[in-house]
Amino acid sequence: MSDGSLGLWTVPLAVFGGAIRVSTPFLFVSLGECITERSGRINLGLEGTLVMGAMSAYGISYLSGSPWLGVLAAGIAGAMLGALHAGICSLPRVNDIAVGIALMLFGTGLAFYLGKPLIEPTAARLPAIDFGWWSDVPQVRAALRINVLFLIGLALAPILYWAFKTTRWGLLIRTAGESSDAARAMGYSVLAIRLRATMVGGFLSGIGGSFLSLFYPGSWNEGLSSGQGITAVALVIFARWDPMLCLWASLAFGGAAALGPALQSVGVTSGYHLFNAAPYILTLAIMIITCSPKRTLTGAPAELSITR
Amino acid sequence: MEFGRISRRHLLQGGAALTLGTAFGAGAARAAGTTIGFVYVGSRDDYGYNQAHAQGAAALKKMPGLKVIEEEKVPETDAVEKTIESMINLDGASLLFPTSFGYYNPHVIKMAKKFPKLRFEHCGGLWSEKDPTNAGSYFGYIDEAQYISGIVAGYSTKSGKLGFVAAKPIPQVLRNINAFTLGAKLANPKATTQVIFTGDWSMPVKEAEATNSLIDQGVDVLTCHVDGPKTMVENAARRGAMVCGYHVNQSPLAPKAYLTGAEWNWEALYPKFVKMIAAGESIPNFYRGGLKEEIVKCSPYGEAVSAEARKHADDIKAKLVAGTYTIFKGPIMDNKGNAVITAGTDRGQTDPELEKMNYLVEGVLGATS
Repeated sequence: MSDGSLGLWTVPLAVFGGAIRVSTPFLFVSLGECITERSGRINLGLEGTLVMGAMSAYGISYLSGSPWLGVLAAGIAGAMLGALHAGICSLPRVNDIAVGIALMLFGTGLAFYLGKPLIEPTAARLPAIDFGWWSDVPQVRAALRINVLFLIGLALAPILYWAFKTTRWGLLIRTAGESSDAARAMGYSVLAIRLRATMVGGFLSGIGGSFLSLFYPGSWNEGLSSGQGITAVALVIFARWDPMLCLWASLAFGGAAALGPALQSVGVTSGYHLFNAAPYILTLAIMIITCSPKRTLTGAPAELSITR
Repeated sequence: MEFGRISRRHLLQGGAALTLGTAFGAGAARAAGTTIGFVYVGSRDDYGYNQAHAQGAAALKKMPGLKVIEEEKVPETDAVEKTIESMINLDGASLLFPTSFGYYNPHVIKMAKKFPKLRFEHCGGLWSEKDPTNAGSYFGYIDEAQYISGIVAGYSTKSGKLGFVAAKPIPQVLRNINAFTLGAKLANPKATTQVIFTGDWSMPVKEAEATNSLIDQGVDVLTCHVDGPKTMVENAARRGAMVCGYHVNQSPLAPKAYLTGAEWNWEALYPKFVKMIAAGESIPNFYRGGLKEEIVKCSPYGEAVSAEARKHADDIKAKLVAGTYTIFKGPIMDNKGNAVITAGTDRGQTDPELEKMNYLVEGVLGATS
């Protein structure tokens, strides 16, 4: 300990720190997708939205010098992609999953194209709040340098949970997702509700992307997302369309991503590919344990094209 | 359908052979009007491996009479064959640079057999006698520059712990890790290098996590062997650690934390190749070189590098340039206690045994599998 290292304590600390550092994009994308899916539509394009958000946030932050303007730009770019998805899906006989895949490719392609000149420059980063002031262990202090976006996500999960349960908007979204006929009978336009839900979902995913490029890992490059958007979409199913479970699942995925490197750093070197695959093994295991051929998934909105 | 596809391709190929026959045929002054094709595995501005090659391609663009075409993000599958064929058939490329390790066997060999009049220069492969003579493999002994980085890192570390963020345990990567560690031990015999493999060439989140884990373990100087070192450099600098760069000079990203770095110097090599062709000389099929041949170079020292470190590093660098120094000089033990190079054996840079390296030397913390 005298040499400043923590020995084996690094592993739990890294998993804890990783849960905070890595989970934010998962959290924002899964909460956004949760809203969209609760309204009865799946937007698989959020991987593209995430990458597009990361690129636009970096670009705007670089050009304007204000990272918060970048976050806003990422949200707007995401909402626009969401509106595009909802708009195309409003047409008759359009499959939302196929549109989602198309938009995933479109979003990443567009971001790579527009982001070419942004790889080399360094943009202004989002600030971190130091929650580790009480500790004199530098590793703990580093793990507790937390970004505001994470805290917003942390607050957003219970707010969404409450909103789905008790507010009028929440009820409308759920109605559109459970039975479009009921929503129509009440005099609401299902398409308008889904448009808004998809746009809000895109907005949140875009912000998730801005975290990647403006905070952690903290720069724009083309491998930045490496599938986190699509993982987060799957995470919503895993979390049974429940915002609070989305939060826990995101934290678990973040922590699991830190496990592989942390174990190697303390000398557990065998099978690191297996540890790197830990999040996916976890998903598979839980899916197998909780699935049953006799019933549909509990909590699945009835209007979703995968459950209908 | 299969038949139709093949016949169309052969037709195109025949047409290309005709035009190439006239363009490439006789005379020595072939370089004028030559089209050169570059194939990259990743994005060509990744602040790393592919960018280094793209800088070499950019140097060719400045030369008169050359046309350079590029395609990026071509995977190491038969996709590269399609790219090469379209560069040849549609753009009339007569000199090709497929720049990624995994392109060579079987893809480049197959293409070289199919287009025997064209020249293929592959980066990183091991050309052997049974491969086509119009294919060549070139590579740089960048471990020489990593050795220099290691010396500087060994002087700069306070904890004696160095960190290495690596992609995959393949020979080139292991050789860099080992050279870096041997260099560091020259400066500080007690120095150790902790290595973390991320599993792939571009995994920014894993690279950032690896960087943080290493620093949590007390590592205070880091380097890497991944395609884009930007993530490691920026995250390490934010945590107050020092870094040695890789592929290209990353000092603008972290001017205070940047010590030195191992860089490619393709912008010197590629024009040289083209001049050799223009002069009618043949490029050796197996082309290698290090600091002496100016295929690799070291970044200028950062302000944090002490005078003592500079002197020692410059001294070894001069010996490497003069060709009087051997990095892998026996006895060398691996980190499991086996003698991998016995006493009295000098494995010079050109020794093909070094290109099959599958061990980590004593002082490296980590394992190859």
